[in-house]
Amino acid sequence: MMSTQPQKRVIPEPPSKLKTYFTFFIILLLIFGSAIQTNTSITELIAGFPNMMDLLVQMVPPNWSYFGKIVPAMLETIRMALLGTTFGAIIAIPIALFSASNIVKNTWVFYPVRFILNLIRTIPDLLLAAIFVSIFGLGPLPGILALTIFSIGLVAKLTYEAIEAIDPGPMEAMTSVGANKIQWIFFGVIPQVLPHYISYVLYTFEVNIRAAAVLGLVGAGGIGLYYDRTLGFFEYDKTSSIIIFTLVVVLIIDFISTKLREKLI
Amino acid sequence: MSNTTRPLIKPKKNKTRIWLIYITLALIYIWAFSGMPLPDVKETAAQVSKAIFSGIFSPDWDYVYLPDGEDLLRGLLDTLAIAILGTFISAFLCVPFSFLAASNMSKGRSLSNTGKFILSLIRTFPEIVMAIMFIKAVGPGSFAGVLALGLHSIGMLGKLFTEEIESVDPGPAEALTATGANRLQIIWFAILPQVLPGFLSYTLYRFEINVRSASILGVIGAGGIGTLLIFALSSRDWERVGIILLGIIVMVTFIDLLSGYIRKKIV
Repeated sequence: MMSTQPQKRVIPEPPSKLKTYFTFFIILLLIFGSAIQTNTSITELIAGFPNMMDLLVQMVPPNWSYFGKIVPAMLETIRMALLGTTFGAIIAIPIALFSASNIVKNTWVFYPVRFILNLIRTIPDLLLAAIFVSIFGLGPLPGILALTIFSIGLVAKLTYEAIEAIDPGPMEAMTSVGANKIQWIFFGVIPQVLPHYISYVLYTFEVNIRAAAVLGLVGAGGIGLYYDRTLGFFEYDKTSSIIIFTLVVVLIIDFISTKLREKLI
Repeated sequence: MSNTTRPLIKPKKNKTRIWLIYITLALIYIWAFSGMPLPDVKETAAQVSKAIFSGIFSPDWDYVYLPDGEDLLRGLLDTLAIAILGTFISAFLCVPFSFLAASNMSKGRSLSNTGKFILSLIRTFPEIVMAIMFIKAVGPGSFAGVLALGLHSIGMLGKLFTEEIESVDPGPAEALTATGANRLQIIWFAILPQVLPGFLSYTLYRFEINVRSASILGVIGAGGIGTLLIFALSSRDWERVGIILLGIIVMVTFIDLLSGYIRKKIV
């Protein structure tokens, strides 16, 4: 049958490119608008470039003797990150349990909790620290509080997603032998989630070390205070030694934490 | 015959190792707590936090739009503009880096390892410090923030792009090589169509992060809403702090939703 009719060759029309062009137009519009809004000027960048090169040149031989002076501040930074992560991780446990849809089956509970969690995660840590500084005054305490709140958001979100992905088998078995909710969580949920949870806490600690290193810029303790101090006095060689010290500490902690996390999972 | 009631033997745990971990943890925490000075909370703390809370619940709505000068909407617009331009610059600049760092694109391991090293170096450099350096170069303002975000984002975007390039299907590239295409044609017709959706999705993801970063940058004078927040905090105008926080929350949530929706459509 098919061969009786002469086949007509139909070249399919290429799909319309209108959408692509439209998208490009919008992106271009956004970029131009942003450039105007931010007073972007290439000439200014080129004019300022020697300044920056000058700054970099002044930074080059780092002031090695400055390391001794900033060790206490560095230790304070690590302490802040450690305490902030710990408090945040502890508070995150009940929040994660309440926002997991396979633990709390009531929609009216887990959606509001998740909503609050999302709200917490929208505020950047440095702004939180700035607010806490104006409440509690200068020092490491506002820094720890800001990191705590930031850690709650991160750990709780990652953990509740891990809880929702667990195997329901053990819990069904426990329900069938008459376990109550607490037993159910202790023996069914926690053993499955614990490695993930510890891994997320370690990851949060890595993030918090980086965050804690700059919190001092708003007066919340730690090494960040020295950025302000050295840059204010134009002592760029000291600034570069702070940067190098921070990088080394961050890399060491990242390395240890990554090794531990690889062992966990 | 078979002994069915044989008690289960508990798996042996390495007790000493577990104790060692506990003791190490305890020592770390003793060190951490002992080094902390006892928090001397200001007497005004309760008062101030109450003021901020009431400021959040009864925001200074007049501040949303002021006909002259700095208001909330202009601050948010500034922040968005910094994030958009910074993301665009970094997405543009990191493409050559990521092709250099991808092990299936550049010849020789040393070249791709060098590219990866450069990217991780940029990634570990704190963006706030980068912003401070750009402020020295171009003066305080949004432009310094744009440059800082543009440079810092290269680190993370470059890494994600590199991973995307490394995971492409080599088939189309091989087919093009067989027909005698040159290197540029291979990249343009075989690699780019495969990686473009991933690139766009990662760029949007980085944009979400950059919106948050851009709202911080003002703290050190690099433009955006952060500057206004610092002004409001230092002048103890808690109602204004409330409306600024509310504005940041609404903007970030909206951007996250929008970007998440577009990303779902792309991939």
